[in-house]
Amino acid sequence: MTAHVEQTGPEPVPTAPGTTSAVPGMTPAAPKPVTKRFEFVLGLADDALVAAQRLAEWCTRGPEMEEDIALANIALDQLGAARLLLTYAGELEGAGRDEDALAYRRDDREFRNCLLVELPNGDFAVTMAKLFFLAAYQVPLYTALAGCGDERLAAIGAKARKESAYHLEHASLWVRRLGDGTDESHRRMQAAVDEVWPYLHELLTPDPAAPVDPATLRADFDSVVSRVLSEATLTVPETSWTPAGGRNGLHTEHLSYLLAELQVLHRAHPGASW
Amino acid sequence: MTTARAAVAAVVDPELRVITIEELGILRSVAEEPATGRVVVTITPTYTGCPAMDVIRADIRRALAAAGHPQAEVRTVYTPAWSTDWITEAGRAKLARAGIAPPGPVRPAGPVPLTLTVRCPWCGSPETEQISRFGSTACKALRRCRSCTEPFDHLKAL
Repeated sequence: MTAHVEQTGPEPVPTAPGTTSAVPGMTPAAPKPVTKRFEFVLGLADDALVAAQRLAEWCTRGPEMEEDIALANIALDQLGAARLLLTYAGELEGAGRDEDALAYRRDDREFRNCLLVELPNGDFAVTMAKLFFLAAYQVPLYTALAGCGDERLAAIGAKARKESAYHLEHASLWVRRLGDGTDESHRRMQAAVDEVWPYLHELLTPDPAAPVDPATLRADFDSVVSRVLSEATLTVPETSWTPAGGRNGLHTEHLSYLLAELQVLHRAHPGASW
Repeated sequence: MTTARAAVAAVVDPELRVITIEELGILRSVAEEPATGRVVVTITPTYTGCPAMDVIRADIRRALAAAGHPQAEVRTVYTPAWSTDWITEAGRAKLARAGIAPPGPVRPAGPVPLTLTVRCPWCGSPETEQISRFGSTACKALRRCRSCTEPFDHLKAL
């Protein structure tokens, strides 16, 4: 790959109003008003896209065949939501980028997903902890989007919340089974919750200007999480570490490797389709 | 010449080969522009990531061309979101005959702790259990009958 679509540094220089920054290379030179709404939708799209890619890594590696199929199906649902959200984000941006351009031709610093979804799968307990917390966040999020004033987001939310409800049910079942299972499964499930817990803070960071302020999801999120953890005989870890930065493009080192695999075909054969 | 509506309505779902897209409830409308003869078909996916959508679009265009409507456009809408409640009675009967337990009514919003039983499509026994919440396609769960021991697919209420 010779050219990047765009090189975003850690401190992007704001473009003065009325000026046009020409983007060399693959995208047509066009003004790119990076709106608040675009960033918000891109964040949700990237959550779903990166979660889909991580879950797909379980293909042919599941602990049992049914679980292999389940994780692939959940990955497919996430990918479906990601495609709709990326398409909409591209339209909001108005720079001619479609879902493929956004998925395949951005570098890690341009991704807006939360850190939780890019963390490695770990063992099965870590994967289930990640999926459980993601679904506990996405269900109230999509439900709230379904009732928001943005028609496109409302349609996507109404569709995706039904699928997320199944993800939450599935992950809750495993968290309970492992947490309230053998000594070893309990130990591993508790370790997984402890490992992932600090990353939840970022999910509910207040954003009052967003179509749905993530802070408003806290009550639903907390009630599901505390109920399931208590049924699973798991304890809430005590920690004051709150890693964040994904929504601003500051990621863990894990995302670059994930993107390398996700984007390699498209980077080698731009515009490939089948 | 078959009407455009009839041609499209007869298209079979590629993953549930026993029922048509109309019986499945994913065919929303078929409109023919009188002046040009162009047909605009509107469909909605069962699941957002349903990989059968491309095949369905191609099948619709093929069916229309065969029925004398070469000019066709297939549009996809997401709202209102598809529900298994839209599957017709005839469609449900066909699914059951093919060994796929049709979905029950969609649960109202909110946590409902009780699970309604799913009858075995082979022997009719209500004594069945879920093996996996996710089956061979996104829309199906895998179950087993405790009476006749046969595994079967169940179309999940959505």
